[in-house]
Amino acid sequence: MHPAYSIILFTTASGAGYGLLFLLGILGAAGTLPAERWLGAAGLGLALFLVTSGLLASTFHLGHPERAWCALSQWRSSWLSREGMAALFTYLPAVLYGVGWIAFEQTAGLWAAFGVLAAAGAAVTVYCTGMIYASLRTIPQWHTEWVVPGYLLLALASGALLLNLLIHLLGVDRPLFPWLAVAGLAAALALKLVYWRAIEGAGAGSDIGTATGLDRFGPVRPLDAPHTQANYLMKEMGYRIARKHAHKLRRYATILAFAIPIAVTIATAALEGPLAAALAVGAVLSAAFGLVLERWLFFAEAQHVVMLFYGRGPA
Amino acid sequence: MTSLPTDRSNKRLGLVIDLDVCVGCHACAVSCKEWNTGGHPAPLTDTDPYGRGVDGVWLNRVHSFEAGEGAAGRTVHFPRSCLHCEAPACVTVCPTGASYKRAEDGIVLVDEDLCIGCKLCSWACPYGAREYDGDTGTMKKCTLCIDRIYNETLEPEDRAPACVKACPAGARHFGDLGDPGSPVSELVRERGGYDLMPEMGYRPTNKYLPPRPRKTRAADIGAPEALTPASREGGAGGGADEAGGFWRWVDRALSR
Repeated sequence: MHPAYSIILFTTASGAGYGLLFLLGILGAAGTLPAERWLGAAGLGLALFLVTSGLLASTFHLGHPERAWCALSQWRSSWLSREGMAALFTYLPAVLYGVGWIAFEQTAGLWAAFGVLAAAGAAVTVYCTGMIYASLRTIPQWHTEWVVPGYLLLALASGALLLNLLIHLLGVDRPLFPWLAVAGLAAALALKLVYWRAIEGAGAGSDIGTATGLDRFGPVRPLDAPHTQANYLMKEMGYRIARKHAHKLRRYATILAFAIPIAVTIATAALEGPLAAALAVGAVLSAAFGLVLERWLFFAEAQHVVMLFYGRGPA
Repeated sequence: MTSLPTDRSNKRLGLVIDLDVCVGCHACAVSCKEWNTGGHPAPLTDTDPYGRGVDGVWLNRVHSFEAGEGAAGRTVHFPRSCLHCEAPACVTVCPTGASYKRAEDGIVLVDEDLCIGCKLCSWACPYGAREYDGDTGTMKKCTLCIDRIYNETLEPEDRAPACVKACPAGARHFGDLGDPGSPVSELVRERGGYDLMPEMGYRPTNKYLPPRPRKTRAADIGAPEALTPASREGGAGGGADEAGGFWRWVDRALSR
């Protein structure tokens, strides 16, 4: 599948934003985070900035961004519509939660309920994002049980990294938080490794024979293409990356998105002050590049069954 | 509404494509393009039509395949367009309600005024039936010539999809596949019409008729049943394939 930068930016930025919003909602409501104005402003501000810029980026992918509001109508059948609904709904409790935290320095009682609702909205939105891909039977690399947990865990892990950055920048003393990020990253890495292994031989059980129904005569091969130039299908669905390049990029993604952030975050747990804060910034930057690469691979490694008609191998 | 209609009639309008008869002339594809660029999904934009990067929206594409090995192999021309499935995921994934399946006859359509151009329907289709028009920013697909088949300003014999009317070989048939007594249903029964990629579970309405078995009824005139393939070795042209080593190096060196 063609890796569209708008979608890569949307899923990574919004994912991190929703992960952070989820943690702020739950940990703030539970009283684990101090109800201090600047932490609320910086945390919720960053989370909503990432979510909003991701959502805006996703509209650049559309042919008619001005009609995007129409996407709020088909939640009965469409995961994309559900994602849009959940994303919009999440703003309401998130903003109210922010009012309590920033204006009144309160995250308990009714304000806590808004926090929990915002966290639930964030989780549901990311779940819907994952289901958009996981529900497509036409793309075996996406139609697996690992895609939705992958999106959820990566959002949580990147959110935890941002939270670790915030507590170090604002000097909040929470010695366990770096370990939350480390645990999230380690779990996400394990899942990603399982996913990469699972898609090695993934197939929809279709081949050029079942696509054409001509396997009754023996092996089928393309003779003449219907057109001399690449059409929309080949440009959108025909994107392909060489296996050896994919494996190399997987290693880079593993190092940038997981290995470096885990090692650096462990260091921030042991250190204090500006040095720890600087390291936390480094962990976030490394993870940002790594996750963009990981998401790019998620698209580039996905093979659509329609390419069988153009002689591409079994999908 | 992108939920599938629950009050579906038994009418299932669709095409039956005879792969035994199709000669791969692309007349159906051209006729489709001509009608539909002024019809329901109009326009079917072409970009750079006379330049190097020719691109454009077509709702019907004719592939050619080879099936089988050696003397038993055959060339099959294979038109590919929307199959108007009974379980079309292209419809249910649509976030706006632009994609829909008609309850009264099963035709799958796009409302061009509602489409936001998210392209998700094209991702959901295993058959490559949908092509995105970057110029209008909307998705285009076969309408089964809905603006012909119900068009009372046309002569009754012209109320058929443009591709069916254009086919010079009679390889394309249009009718109600939900009616077991219709001529198209009879064709499917007689000839063993089949679904493409049935394992996907989309339950296509359109059916394909397989090429008939090869005829072997010719009288015995003493000719061999099959010719032996000509040998590559010997003969004047034989050397060309074997040009390797030194001469290949010379060729490369001179080509620099």
